Amino acid sequence: MEKKKLVIGVIGADVHAVGNTILNRAFLDAGFDVTNLGVLVPQDEFIKAAVEVGADAICVSSLYGQGEIDCTGMREKCDEAGLKGILLYAGGNLVVGKVPVEEIERRYKAMGFDRAFGPGTDPQVTIACLKEDLGVE
Amino acid sequence: MKAVLLIDFGSTYTKITAVDVEEERILGTAQSFTTIETDILDGLNNALAILKEQIGEVEFSERYACSSAAGGLRMVAIGLVPDLTAKAARQASLGAGAKVIKTYSYELTEGDRKEIDQIHPDICLLTGGTDGGNKENIVYNARMLAETQQDFPIIIAGNRSCADQCQEILKDKQTYICENVMPQLNIPNVEPVQKKIREIFLEQIVKAKGLSHAQDLIQGILMPTPSAMLTAMKLLAKGTPKEAGMDDLVCVDLGGATTDVYSMSFGLPSTGMVVLRGLREEYAKRTVEGDIGMRYSIHGIVEATDMMRVSELSGLSEERCRELIDYLGVHTDVVPGADDGELEALDYALASLAIEVAVTRHAGRLEQFYSPMGISYLQTGKDLTGVKTVVVTGGAIIHTKRTAQIAAHALFDPVDAFSLKPKNADIYVDRRYILAAMGLLSTQYPETALRIMKKELVKE
Ligand code: B12
Repeated sequence: MEKKKLVIGVIGADVHAVGNTILNRAFLDAGFDVTNLGVLVPQDEFIKAAVEVGADAICVSSLYGQGEIDCTGMREKCDEAGLKGILLYAGGNLVVGKVPVEEIERRYKAMGFDRAFGPGTDPQVTIACLKEDLGVE
Repeated sequence: MKAVLLIDFGSTYTKITAVDVEEERILGTAQSFTTIETDILDGLNNALAILKEQIGEVEFSERYACSSAAGGLRMVAIGLVPDLTAKAARQASLGAGAKVIKTYSYELTEGDRKEIDQIHPDICLLTGGTDGGNKENIVYNARMLAETQQDFPIIIAGNRSCADQCQEILKDKQTYICENVMPQLNIPNVEPVQKKIREIFLEQIVKAKGLSHAQDLIQGILMPTPSAMLTAMKLLAKGTPKEAGMDDLVCVDLGGATTDVYSMSFGLPSTGMVVLRGLREEYAKRTVEGDIGMRYSIHGIVEATDMMRVSELSGLSEERCRELIDYLGVHTDVVPGADDGELEALDYALASLAIEVAVTRHAGRLEQFYSPMGISYLQTGKDLTGVKTVVVTGGAIIHTKRTAQIAAHALFDPVDAFSLKPKNADIYVDRRYILAAMGLLSTQYPETALRIMKKELVKE
């Protein structure tokens, strides 16, 4: 079966590279086809890349606290670009301050993300979710 | 003496350059109107007669030609995302010396299909999707192309997973499958497509454009003219194993209808705190500004800048500039005479602005952003600030006296400090308009062509 395609990167003016690099490795090892956009990635670059590579999911990383601002409107833009129904994940330090994971999820789901992950989530957790959502055995 | 004749069948003029390859010098140059309607050889013979008056009877042992006659190599490029495969497809075509009439992205509409029929390109380049990436778009566009009425070769160079399917859909057309122009995101791969474009040019287009009976007389029409320019510039920059080049450079060819800019440089960031964004660019890059030219596109120069600047640079009133520009836009063959101060001043202003606009569009840009660690930058396109050589060519520039001042507009401007143009470059002028000829010559005599260019290019 063809590998599922992921586009990953760190959104906005965020330069925290380490987590994203680890995710890249973990996703590759788990058998995904990964396009890693690196850090400082504007919203529309995620979308353009996803269109061209025919991505199955976009995983947005945000560490520096501005995630909510940076991610607003992303789902609508995906719809606009013909990526209707594409799987959208967000993870990292998605909000400012100590906020329960359920609240983080609620806020990101309200923005149209399928899942949101709190700080320090083990990549294996995310991989299990991706496999489930994308119907990989 | 061993004389070689180099011919450029241009859209307006057939330009010839005679070279003695033993003494490595130019014997003479001449030009006459291109005669595509009757027989292309008439124009060549007229030019040869003029040359003979200058240098007497010369026996040529070899003759090579390039051509942009009969509209040049006219292409349309189709991709998916405008900044990605569509841009890669356009760049690949331009780099092969084509005139890209139009670039399409996303799904072609009925209107687009009709337009492509009207354009009736010499070649259509169909791309879209990285390898293993998006499939639907290129397949959809192949179906649209299958509906076109006109006959033209189609190069399929998109997502390799659907190349065969596209060829099947286009089975009634003449198709060629090529490696993807952008196999991975942001990483273009233009050479295979360019090689295919060259092959099609040689096999079919030369014939279709009525240039083929010139083939008997000369060793061959080797390439489209812009491709000869690109070849010359690559050689001038990189040199050969035996003869050093001049290193990274920028070249501007200022014409009547378009302005071409060539850069030979990878253009990677030259300072720290810069992150490179977007499609990676080729070492040898060519852009064409179709709206910027000294006569046919004279109004485009004003639209891209403004009349106030034309007036400032020329020292003429805005009113007078407007009058003269309208006049020149119609009387496209007017060249300012020695005593025509007004026209000379206006041409000076226009040439300066044309070069400024064209090089600014060609060069990369920085965008500033405030990170908590301080100011950082994003770079799109090439950083040409470190380039030390700017070559200028084209009728408007060869004839004027203030070449250095005009060409200085290709350089870095502190007013627009985020535009990454050369900061400290020497300016060289192609006074005798020999660059395309040297590109041709270099296919057989690379060192000779390089040494002649180094001799002929005049430092201002
Ligand atoms: C190293 C670091 C930096 C370095 C980054 C170097 C680099 N180029 O990578 C520097 C010094 C540049 C830096 C700068 C800043 N930082 Co800092 N930084 C850190 C630090 C100490 C470690 C980050 C790290 O690499 N962790 C290790 C990796 C492996 O973990 P991770 O990034 O969390 O990623 C994992 C998971 O979160 C998850 N994950 C991440 N992304 C995604 C995405 C998806 C889809 C999923 C499913 C999972 C997921 O998987 C990853 C792998 O396990 C953290 C504190 C901390 N201990 O986390 C602060 C921290 C992230 N920084 C913080 C801040 C505030 C800043 C600055 C604004 C500080 C400032 N005022 O200067 C700037 C912002 C700069 C910018 N423009 O981005 C805050 C963020 C607070 C918030 N979000 O509420 C933190 C949490 C520190 C703190 N407690 O205040 N920082």
